[in-house]
Amino acid sequence: MISLAGRDILHGWGKFVFTGIGLGLLIGVTLSMAGIYRGMVDDAEVLLDNSGADLWAVQKDTLGPYAEPSNLADDLYRSLQTLPGVARAANVTYLTMQVSPLTDDPATGDPNARARRAMVVGVVPGGFGEPGQPESLVAGRHLTRGHYEAVADISTGFRLGEQLRIRRHAYRVVGLTRRAVSSGGDPMVFIPLKDAQEAQFLKDNDAIVAQRRRSAANPAFNRPGQPQVLDAVLAAQTQSNSVNAILVRLTPHAYPDQVAADIRRWKHLSVYTRAEMNEILQAKLIATSARQIFMFLVILSVVSAAIVAFIIYTLTLGKIREIAVLKLIGTRNRTIAGMILQQAIGLGVIGFIVGKTVATLWAPVFPKYVLLLPGDAARGFLIVVIICVLASLVAIRAALRVDPAEAIGG
Amino acid sequence: MAELMTERAQGIRIEGLRKRYGRGDTAVDALRGVDMAVAPGEVVGLVGPSGSGKSTLLKCLGAVIEPSGGRMTLGDTSIYDEGWRIPDLRALRRDKIGFVFQAPYLIPFLDVTDNVALLPMLAGRPNGESRERARELLAALDVAHRARAMPSQLSGGEQQRVAIARALVNRPPVILADEPTAPLDSERALAVIRILNRMARQYQTAVIVVTHDEKIIPTFERIYHIRDGRTHEEAGEGRGLE
Repeated sequence: MISLAGRDILHGWGKFVFTGIGLGLLIGVTLSMAGIYRGMVDDAEVLLDNSGADLWAVQKDTLGPYAEPSNLADDLYRSLQTLPGVARAANVTYLTMQVSPLTDDPATGDPNARARRAMVVGVVPGGFGEPGQPESLVAGRHLTRGHYEAVADISTGFRLGEQLRIRRHAYRVVGLTRRAVSSGGDPMVFIPLKDAQEAQFLKDNDAIVAQRRRSAANPAFNRPGQPQVLDAVLAAQTQSNSVNAILVRLTPHAYPDQVAADIRRWKHLSVYTRAEMNEILQAKLIATSARQIFMFLVILSVVSAAIVAFIIYTLTLGKIREIAVLKLIGTRNRTIAGMILQQAIGLGVIGFIVGKTVATLWAPVFPKYVLLLPGDAARGFLIVVIICVLASLVAIRAALRVDPAEAIGG
Repeated sequence: MAELMTERAQGIRIEGLRKRYGRGDTAVDALRGVDMAVAPGEVVGLVGPSGSGKSTLLKCLGAVIEPSGGRMTLGDTSIYDEGWRIPDLRALRRDKIGFVFQAPYLIPFLDVTDNVALLPMLAGRPNGESRERARELLAALDVAHRARAMPSQLSGGEQQRVAIARALVNRPPVILADEPTAPLDSERALAVIRILNRMARQYQTAVIVVTHDEKIIPTFERIYHIRDGRTHEEAGEGRGLE
């Protein structure tokens, strides 16, 4: 038996291909939306991977450092290092801000034209293996000096050797890394911890002058005959001894839950294991975005189904006379239903191929990471086929209701 | 009349066929007891004014609508006797009745050969055998040279010949032709009737041609006139077929 659907598609291939392309663009958007969600989850995973930590110690009763603000004294890490099971503990700070290169943009001559929103991460210098340092570099070296060096994610567009301005200071890019992003998808710029603490808590000159004036006017600080009190107060006000979290790496064979319990009990801090931090990032930070994307996916699926149903229904109505003739000459209902069903699935297959291709092509152009997983593509294909089958039911119903007597005049 | 019917019993025979549309006061009797008999190899005309019941009769003969009473026999098989005697009317239409319409109604996305071969394929015959049978018929109808063409590439006459080939391909005992010459000029209309006569004789098929067409009415040797749901038979001129 010949394939009626195949012959019809070949006969009107232009109509099918162009309709399939239109549907494919819609499917491409749907796959991209799924890819954006996967990218967000992957960004969260990468953020945790890049920190190189087994435990995150943060301010008590906070979900910091990624989901809530957290402040800790920067000498607390020493006491954590003495606990059984702890191999290494290191301070870290996170600050999302605008970072601009000192070099002018070649096109506009404006240095701010290449400014990027980035997460500035303060880490203890020391090279590969230090908690907080990027896991791998694609060019240059790790931070080894105490000041004015930076390692930037390659997606910032900053180049090796280029100078960046962060607050008041200039930093030379000594290394480039890849896939170092915040949970919000902002690329990371790593700088030495001391510089980051200063950048995070440093006030501008006018604010410092105003604060000094207020402190000097306060008789409690500026006591007659005791000028060293005021000096000590002013020094305390302009220095920062806070960090956002302590990254803890465990010794081999140590139990993360056991060490976390010890830190909570003896150090009065909140501590999260890798699984708990993953849960915080996915359930609290990106949950709303995920629901938003899911809603878009549902709407796009409904729109796709409506389009396929409309197209297949219209194509079927255009063949009412042929269907009547086919029924009159003895074609079974299932042959006619099969023809319409195959056409709907054919349209879906064309649409899926186009959609997958365009989604793959335009994924790198998106400003945030779009992760297209083969499993999602397979699920997407299955959903497209199911939608096409459901959408063809209206047309099949119309075709089966055609009276073969319509082929005979009168 | 009874003798004639017995003689032609191997074709199609209709006795007292009735069809009523609607119920009660609004009921309309479209057929009020039609008698017809067409022998194998014979082509008869069925003529009558609009609303006389031609199309209703054709639909009943084509097993598309159910009559309200009477009897229909195809060959020696009773297909209707106050109710359908054949359970699968679709198979009956496919295997025992050929249809030729006013417009050819070829399937636009199949080439000429597959338009004809589709019926035996639907009946479950192998594709190769079905196409071979289609090619033989196309050759007999002088359209073999257009076997690979699509319907839209054919002239009106060629399309109608392909439609006749499709009607004949399952070797049905009866062909119902509904105004097959309406869109054609005199020459082509006569050519179609000649073909129907030749094919009827060659394949021993009974052919009923419903027509208004004054050009072809003189070609029939027998004509059934239908008026107010009843038929009466008269001899035709039977000319123009040489």
